[in-house]
This record gives sequence, C-alpha cells and structure tokens, in this order.
Amino acid sequence: MDSERGRPNPKVIRVKCEALGKVTFMSNISRDDVANLAKLARIDLSEDDLSHLSNELAVILEAVARVQEVAGADVPPTSHPLPLKNVFREDQVRPSLTPDEALSGAPAQEEQRFKVPQILGEE
Amino acid sequence: MIKKSASEMASALSAGEITSVELTQAHLDQIANVDGDVHAFLHVDVDGAIAQARAVDEKRKSGEKVAPLAGVPLALKDVLVQKGIPTTCGSKMLEGWRPPYDSTVVTRLKENGIVILGKTNMDEFAMGSSTENSAYGPTHNPWDLSRIPGGSGGGSSAALAAFEAPLAIGTDTGGSIRQPAAVTGTVGVKPTYGGVSRYGLVAFSSSLDQAGPCARTVLDAAYLHEAIGGYDRMDSTSINEPVPAVVAAAKDGNVKGMKIGVIKELQGDGYQPGVLKLFNQSLEILASLGAEIVEVSCKYFDYALAAYYLIAPSECSSNLARFDAMRYGIRVGEGSAEEVMNATRQVGFGREVKRRIILGTYALSSGYYDAYYGSAQKVRTLISRDFENAFTKADVLVSPTAPTTAFKIGEKANDPIAMYLNDIATIPTNLAGIGGMSVPSGLAEEDGLPAGFQIMAPAMKDDRMYKVGSALEAALLTKWGRPILESAPALGAK
Repeated sequence: MDSERGRPNPKVIRVKCEALGKVTFMSNISRDDVANLAKLARIDLSEDDLSHLSNELAVILEAVARVQEVAGADVPPTSHPLPLKNVFREDQVRPSLTPDEALSGAPAQEEQRFKVPQILGEE
Repeated sequence: MIKKSASEMASALSAGEITSVELTQAHLDQIANVDGDVHAFLHVDVDGAIAQARAVDEKRKSGEKVAPLAGVPLALKDVLVQKGIPTTCGSKMLEGWRPPYDSTVVTRLKENGIVILGKTNMDEFAMGSSTENSAYGPTHNPWDLSRIPGGSGGGSSAALAAFEAPLAIGTDTGGSIRQPAAVTGTVGVKPTYGGVSRYGLVAFSSSLDQAGPCARTVLDAAYLHEAIGGYDRMDSTSINEPVPAVVAAAKDGNVKGMKIGVIKELQGDGYQPGVLKLFNQSLEILASLGAEIVEVSCKYFDYALAAYYLIAPSECSSNLARFDAMRYGIRVGEGSAEEVMNATRQVGFGREVKRRIILGTYALSSGYYDAYYGSAQKVRTLISRDFENAFTKADVLVSPTAPTTAFKIGEKANDPIAMYLNDIATIPTNLAGIGGMSVPSGLAEEDGLPAGFQIMAPAMKDDRMYKVGSALEAALLTKWGRPILESAPALGAK
C-alpha cells in the first residue's frame, strides 16, 4: 500500500507552482504590513506568527497575482453566481428566538442583554 | 446490515425486517468500535439518535406514511447547526456552543425521519483539503489510517467509508464534498449553487458555499439530495424552482447518445498517472455504453485556483468578523472590547484561518482591491464563459476529481500552495455556481488507493450528473464484482 510512487511528484508540483507564480505585480509584504493587517482584522499575532505569515503571504500573493494577466478592462466582474436582485416584502410577524434562546451562547449576559467589555474610553 | 446501501436499509425498514432503533444501534456500535482509530466524529448524539429512531419506528408501526429514507442514520458535518447539539466547525472559537435553532438542512432531515447520529470532523471553518486543520485533531482515512480522508469534509467521507453511517452531509466551497469522496472511495455531490439552503450553514465564503449529499452509492446520494434540496425562504440565494429529478436520473442511468466533454486543462502535469489511467478507463466504459466523448478546452481554468484563493479569503475575512467574543463562542482576556476581541481571535482561530483572514483583509484593502479581488472577480466571469462555451459542445463535462490519491497526514501541512493544488479540478464549478459530482473510478495502480471521477453539469441540470454517475457506477460494479469499499482493510476489533 505504502509505495513512494503513489505520492504526487514534487517536481511536477513545483512546476505547477512556478506556473501559478508568474509574477506580474511584485508584492513585498513586510512584517509591519502583516501587523497592520492583523490590527484591522482584530487578531493579536505573536512575533512568531508575524514572521511566519509575512513569508507565507508573500509566496501566496505572488501565486495569486497572476489573475491580473487576463483581467482586462473589457471583462465585467462577477461577484456572485446567481443574478440576484433585492426582494422587498411587507413585514410579517413570525415565530423567532426567545431572548433566552438568543442569549444562550453569550459569554456574558445581564438583564436580557449581551454583556460586553467597555467599548468607549473613560473621558 | 451496516455495509448495505442506504436504499437497501430503507427497503429493509419498510419491509419490517429491521427497526430503525436496531439499525441506529448497529451504527452506534460501529462508531464505538472504530472511531477511536478513524476520528470521523466530533460529537455522537447517542440518546438523540435513538429517540429519533424510536419516533420513526412508532410512526411506521401506526401505519403513517413515511419518507423514503425514514429511519436511516446519517452523519452531519459540524458546520451545519442543529438545535441543542454542539457545533464547533472544527474550531476552538465555538468550543461548547450549542446552537439555539436548526439549519434548514437539519429541519428537512428531521422532516424526512433521517436519524442524525452526530457531527463530523472538518478543517476549521471548512478551510482545508485534509481535515488536518481541525482544532480537535485530524481524521484518518479508513483505507490507510496514516493518510488524510480529504477535506474539508473528511469526517463525513471517513464515516461513510468506515461504515459508521450510510449517509452524510457535506459542504463544498472549493471541493470539500468531492475531493474527500474521491480519496475515500465514496460518492459526493455539490449541487447547483442555491439548490440546497445555506440557512444555518456557518458561512465561510458565501458566494461559493454549498451543502450537499455524501453517500456510498449514486442512488443514495440522489435520495438524500431530494430530501434536503429545494427552495427556502430563509436563504436569499435559494433557487425558487423544483429540485431536479435526480432519483429518477440515478435509476435511469442511460447515457446512450449523451455528449461527455473531457476538459483538456484538467489533466496532465500534476496528476498522478494511476489516477489518470482510471479516468481514461472510465471514459472508455462510458463510450462503450453509448456516450459520445468529445474534448473541450477551458483555457481560463488555469487561473481558477488563483482567483479562488483571492475570492474565498476575501469573503472569509468578512464572514468571520462575526466571531467577536460578544454574542457566542469563547471569550478570552480582559480590558476593552477591542482588546478582548483581539485576544479571543488569536486563541480561537488556527493558523490556516488566520492566514486566510489576513490574506483576505489584504486583498480587500484600498490600493490593492482592484489588483487582487477585482481581478479575481473578472477571472470568475471568464471561467463561467468557458463553462458556457463547453456546454454548447457537451451535456456534461468530466475530469479526475483530485489530482492524486490520499496523501500522508503531515505531508503537505507546511506548504499551503501544495495543499491548495488538491482543489485544482473542483474549484472551477464553485466559481461558476454549477453542480459537480465525484464517483469512485477505482484503485490507483501505484498505491491501491481510491480515486474519483468528476462529472459537472450546467446550473439546475444536476440530474445529468446522476445519470452519468449511475451508469459508470453500475458498469464498474459489474467489472469489479463487488463495491469498491469491500476492498478496504477491516477496521477495529483488534
């Protein structure tokens, strides 16, 4: 069962990666860039995470940047597979969660409300 | 009995040869026996399953009419909420959470009397191709416990292959139903986008996510598809049309005169030779059954993977903002709301989820939006056009489901791009919103492990996939003399 030949050929994978990674838009992503993105995304990252991620993101961004090769001005974007339009209707009263049910997963609650840490500063 | 198909179990139930309680207990016993090795389940709802089974038995006894799959057990991917049952999405973020409502898929399973055994393991928030990204440890492939069962729905596919359940539910954002089916010798279907409600499916990438049926036979998948499919007012992207007649198509299985298009771009370099050989054998079988094989070219498919790894992370960075430590899930740290949020998301999310959130945040940030997310959306248009053109030449399109058989656990864990390449053949259908199915094509000669044959059909023509899948399955069964899973090694009872 355990034959080496069954594994994907690393050389072929590398060729594929190089094809994927034909760079048209050089992306340098520094440790500070990642720190800023993490701040925007509300995730604390350790120093270890930051250096790991900046290396990985640089490789991934190089690979995905090739979408620009064919994204001409004449091609319309697709944001969704279905042609959707907003549907309006009258409000209808239907059964919904009780306050207890809605709060059942809350880390903290008080007086039928979600209890959250302080949002605004002192002054 | 546990090795039978779901349809055979349903017949035995309606003939009174077995009760649902007995059938459910047999599967719970199998789970107790083998899941220590396989780890397909994150939660087994023993009491709930028996209670559901008893209810179906009583209904049947009282002469009430029941649905075709009533009393048959099923394994549910842990990304779909079930009221009162722990739902983690394979993440620490939702550890201990019990949802206060049922997803529409669960509501329909219950309406059909299908017995939900428990929740299956998955890559965290469905991001991955191996189930190694689960915060609760990997699932092992029943064919070889040192290998991955595919992902993200590796728990569901492994449960089927280990005879822990005859039916399962998966979700497919870039291949997470089909690739696990391929590497475990099972059947997996991603319906047309909008064909099965997403209400109560914890969102990863909303314009790509699609729940669908997993089974050991094409007919079983069809019955499950009809049970869960159809319009739902709770999902604004649900298609308000009847479910395609997939059971009838699976029973028909006649491909005479059908045009089957082989996609030139989805073979060759990067595909394991044994997988390609099985793919070509399957084509020969379909041709011998009267189908016409044509070659089609989809030249923009080479860009699909790149587009996907911009679109999916972008949508994920937005969708996963809801995990803010305020309304549900874990809460870590002290200080301001923002400090608590930052600390909780550091602890609650695993490495791959963080990687994709950061990547998506970058792709959507001002100054880079047009170059990355905007360009990816244009590629999405080009891929849809490729499909439209190809479907003028063929009724269905086919390819190998995954480029290789199951790889070793740990083998690609530190190489995100090598991991992403597993989905190279499945991603285009998600981008275009059309249906895709994987059926077993045999065991690769290099390693004796299962491979999958992928069938793709135009939007809402899902029945065509079932027709072709069923024809191939029947011909291969005749050729092999027994179902493919009979060749898998025995598990448990050491």
